[in-house]
Amino acid sequence: MSYERLCETAEQECRDLEKYDGIIYTCGSTGCVSSGCQDVIQAITDCIASHDIAGRIKLIVTGCMGLCSLGPLVRIELKGREPVLFKQIDSLTIRLIILEYVLQVFRQKDAFVFPYFLEQFVVPQDLPFFTEQKKIVLANTGKVDPARIQSYIAREGFMALVKVLSSMTPEALISEMAKSGLRGRSGAGFSTAAKWDIARKQQAAEKYIICNGDEGDPGAYIDRSLMESDPFSVIEGIIIAGFAVGAAKGWVFIRSEYALAASRIEQAIEQARDWKLLGNNILGTDFSFDCEVRLGAGTFVCGEETALIATMEGKRGTPSHRPPYPAVKGLWTMPTVINNVKTLANIPPIIRNGADWFRAIGTEGNSGTKVFSITGSALNSGLIEVPMGISLGRIVYHMAGVAETGTMVKAVQIGGPSGGILPPPFFDVKVEYESLRDLGIFIGSGGFIIIDQTVSLLDLLLYYLDFAVDESCGRCAACRIGSTQVLGVLKKIRKGRGTLDDLALLERLCMAMKNASLCGLGQAAANPVFSTLKYFPEEIEGYITTREVDTHER
Amino acid sequence: MAETKGRPGNPFAMENSAISEILGKWKNKQSPLLMTLHEIQKNRGYISRESTLEISEALDIPLARIYEVLTFNNYFKLSPPGDVVISVCTGTACHLKGSGQLLKKLEKVLGIHIGETTSDGRFHLQYVRCIGCCSLAPALVINGKVYSKVDPLQIKQILAEWQGEARESVDEL
Repeated sequence: MSYERLCETAEQECRDLEKYDGIIYTCGSTGCVSSGCQDVIQAITDCIASHDIAGRIKLIVTGCMGLCSLGPLVRIELKGREPVLFKQIDSLTIRLIILEYVLQVFRQKDAFVFPYFLEQFVVPQDLPFFTEQKKIVLANTGKVDPARIQSYIAREGFMALVKVLSSMTPEALISEMAKSGLRGRSGAGFSTAAKWDIARKQQAAEKYIICNGDEGDPGAYIDRSLMESDPFSVIEGIIIAGFAVGAAKGWVFIRSEYALAASRIEQAIEQARDWKLLGNNILGTDFSFDCEVRLGAGTFVCGEETALIATMEGKRGTPSHRPPYPAVKGLWTMPTVINNVKTLANIPPIIRNGADWFRAIGTEGNSGTKVFSITGSALNSGLIEVPMGISLGRIVYHMAGVAETGTMVKAVQIGGPSGGILPPPFFDVKVEYESLRDLGIFIGSGGFIIIDQTVSLLDLLLYYLDFAVDESCGRCAACRIGSTQVLGVLKKIRKGRGTLDDLALLERLCMAMKNASLCGLGQAAANPVFSTLKYFPEEIEGYITTREVDTHER
Repeated sequence: MAETKGRPGNPFAMENSAISEILGKWKNKQSPLLMTLHEIQKNRGYISRESTLEISEALDIPLARIYEVLTFNNYFKLSPPGDVVISVCTGTACHLKGSGQLLKKLEKVLGIHIGETTSDGRFHLQYVRCIGCCSLAPALVINGKVYSKVDPLQIKQILAEWQGEARESVDEL
């Protein structure tokens, strides 16, 4: 494999697509699969065969197009016409669309007028949901065919790797990353370059890269979507990280629930090996690197660095004390860099376009973008990528389309079980690590749940604490006993047997968990309680003062 | 979960050769335990006592360590599940949109509790934390097939799909 060969492949791929008069892109991610895209794909294939247009139109099954709630989504790009995105397609409507849109355009050319009866299936492209996005990480999703490496290569794939291997030293690469200001995208926001630099400076027989795809937050599915839709960019990011720290081996650790993501990554690794982009002497240099997939087993705490390492070593996934940090002493005591899927997917575009380009996006100290998965009471729910520094309100009211539905928003929950709950008066806050942290909110995984007035926040707290109790590994007392006690107090209040003293007790228990827990799970498990006590005290006090009796079984 | 005897005629019954094949594949790789367990469960539906003994011998891992990993992680089953495994997603988005009602309805219709298998060995009911279909909540997975935006009223109809002949399971989840 060489630079020339990559360029040839890219040109060949583009020429191949040029031959067609149109391309039909269909989403084939988990979300759309569950809304029935397999039937749609079959119908398109049948239609292409029965109308004998195989030479004129091409079907590409892509990854996520973002607007998952309106799936299955199909985008049709015909030569000389604007792309059209169709929503909620089934096998009948797609036949109608091919008949009345694709074939009519082929037949009538410029005289074609878009039939009024198809309007109801069209997603307008000027929705704020699309126009306010800035796509870096998700740039390829919904456009490339995740099953073919050529498709990724045609979109500048592996050009960052070429640039790194042909013209950069590990030191130069790390300083470029430092200049870009990229911070870990899974919550803590630690500088990626700094982490790499620590690992690079270690003297060790071996070093490892682990891509953390153990997206445990119940309510976020960004990593899943990325691995399903654009697996090669994650692989390219891992290889570059390997070069930076001097590692020869990488692992992609994926949740067992994400079967499709795991198989897409497996497939991508195999293709990259066939194309000699993984293995010995990559691109003719003396740099060798390979990676493998490892599956988690349904345990939330395993997303924590040290617990992840324990799991990989074949032990039970309990966290251990830091320091030493994994970058110093990690997997099998070797220096190990653990980066999130989203962080790694950011790397190829940063290298290709340069640190200054990346820095110009977002705000000072918070460069780049952040991907959120919007769920809950939203009109448009799905994945969005927004520049750092955008206000929460713009996301909630404009992009998620809450303003249109007239839903009374009670709060937004960001960051899952480790995150916090914020009421509308604070919606002008900017999406930045620090500004949100000052309000007691951790961006975390990027889960973004819009909560309307019908939801009882105490019930939501019960849900999160129940989750924490269930997922606490039991190693440290603060988390094991603390979470159980907090849940007990909340249940008591929910049953109408609470007293006002319980509020102070809750604070004390949560403080103890925050201060004394061994890992992030325990330290952050109390965050939802803190933010509810701070912003919505009436939600909890209500159950105490009015003595509302619980009629729900819990 | 207590170890129970495998039912006779278990459809997941796997030849011993398949286990040795899996063990052979992972034996010389780094970090082999979890992947071996995954593959055996995928093949057989659960991890039997016999399989753990074989793993222990082949990979030279103490039995206690294997059970430590098996019981710590929610994903592994130590007894044979039903032919049709129903996993209800209880992620936050699904929770808010009523996954609790789905679970209750399923328990009622099937006459079993979460984590149990119907007496005819047909259906197994469990919950999972999040399958990543949050925008299409509430969701449930049956033998790898994802159902989204499920209404409790649809439950009977969905179960009917799986009532008859054993359907081939989708090669996912």
